[in-house]
Amino acid sequence: MSSQSVQNLTRGIIRENPTFVMLLGMCPTLGVTTSAGNGLGMGLATLFVLILSNSAISLVKSLIPAMVRIPCYIVIIASFVTVVDLLMAAYLPELHAQLGIFIPLIVVNCIILGRAEAFAAKNNLFQSILDAVGMGLGFTLGLTSLGIVREILGSYSVFGWSFAGEGAYPLLLFIMPPGAFIALAGLIIVFNKLRGENK
Amino acid sequence: MAERQPLKSNLFNMAAVLVIVCALSALTLAYVHKKTEAPIKAVKDNLELRAITEIIPEGFDNNPFAEKTYITTSDHKRLTMYPVRRDGKITALVIKSYTDKGFGGRMEIMVGIMLDGRISGYKLIDHKETPGLGTKVADEAFAGQFRGINPDRTDLRVKKDGGDIDAVTAATISSRAVIDAIRRAYDAYTTFSAGI
Repeated sequence: MSSQSVQNLTRGIIRENPTFVMLLGMCPTLGVTTSAGNGLGMGLATLFVLILSNSAISLVKSLIPAMVRIPCYIVIIASFVTVVDLLMAAYLPELHAQLGIFIPLIVVNCIILGRAEAFAAKNNLFQSILDAVGMGLGFTLGLTSLGIVREILGSYSVFGWSFAGEGAYPLLLFIMPPGAFIALAGLIIVFNKLRGENK
Repeated sequence: MAERQPLKSNLFNMAAVLVIVCALSALTLAYVHKKTEAPIKAVKDNLELRAITEIIPEGFDNNPFAEKTYITTSDHKRLTMYPVRRDGKITALVIKSYTDKGFGGRMEIMVGIMLDGRISGYKLIDHKETPGLGTKVADEAFAGQFRGINPDRTDLRVKKDGGDIDAVTAATISSRAVIDAIRRAYDAYTTFSAGI
């Protein structure tokens, strides 16, 4: 792979991480990350949709008149999201029960439309897929780590595995909405600190 | 790399592209919907059947789904009811009740009621309660309080409201919502049993 390809792949994971650097897609980020499993599931669902939509848009970009490109992108994205929603309901019902109300939100997740507009509409299929994988993994990384922190503090468990006894009182704040902001802020501090040293 | 210019944005091109994109999208969705319709229904039925098995620990030998009927509450709400039989005789009714008073809106709950009016248990089917707080109403510590009680003889309110039920700590609204759904099921049951 050329250095350009490597860069397209890794850009989303660290330098332009959607969660910690660009602060995109905050609605699902804050909403679903009450546990590590939910964060991971939402991240992977977004990754999957992002790969599909980036590929499709990269393939059809020269066929779409510039003035109607946004409606076309939205229809394409919404179709993929609905397909994922239906497939999850049919074959992964447990995960769907947890994430159900957030799946339709992927349609308006600005990461998806953002990458379609900023990257897939200008680059070829292969580079667009690399970009989607990088951004998707970055988003998954962000959501999962936020989920882990909130689950550890808020329910004394990791991926559903509890490490506290019956009578323990975890910091419930962290699985409620205000805790999401506090945990996210903390993680951004840590992420920026680590990133700053690699500059 | 030489980039091809996108199609010109004239009226015909724009209309044609939008029509084609929407038509393709509709076709894809129709196809996926057709393919997943049966599995999705199976998943839902399976969830309810599993709930019935858990609610009625004594077991049953009929197929409650085949005998599904509808009953109405005293305020004319229609609920789904699954009669549970053993050796041909109805031993309990499982009523799919709901409440709109949940912390996250509507909750759907299957409530099992024995023929003598005692509650045999309940199971959450669909809800949007806060994970780790409101979802604790599904735990045995809370749900166990309802097993075997008769709503005519027990004050079905949380202790904070003067009743006999211990609410889940920090989830009083969810606890009240479950009670509301159980009351609705019991109301339908009394309306139904008055008619026998």
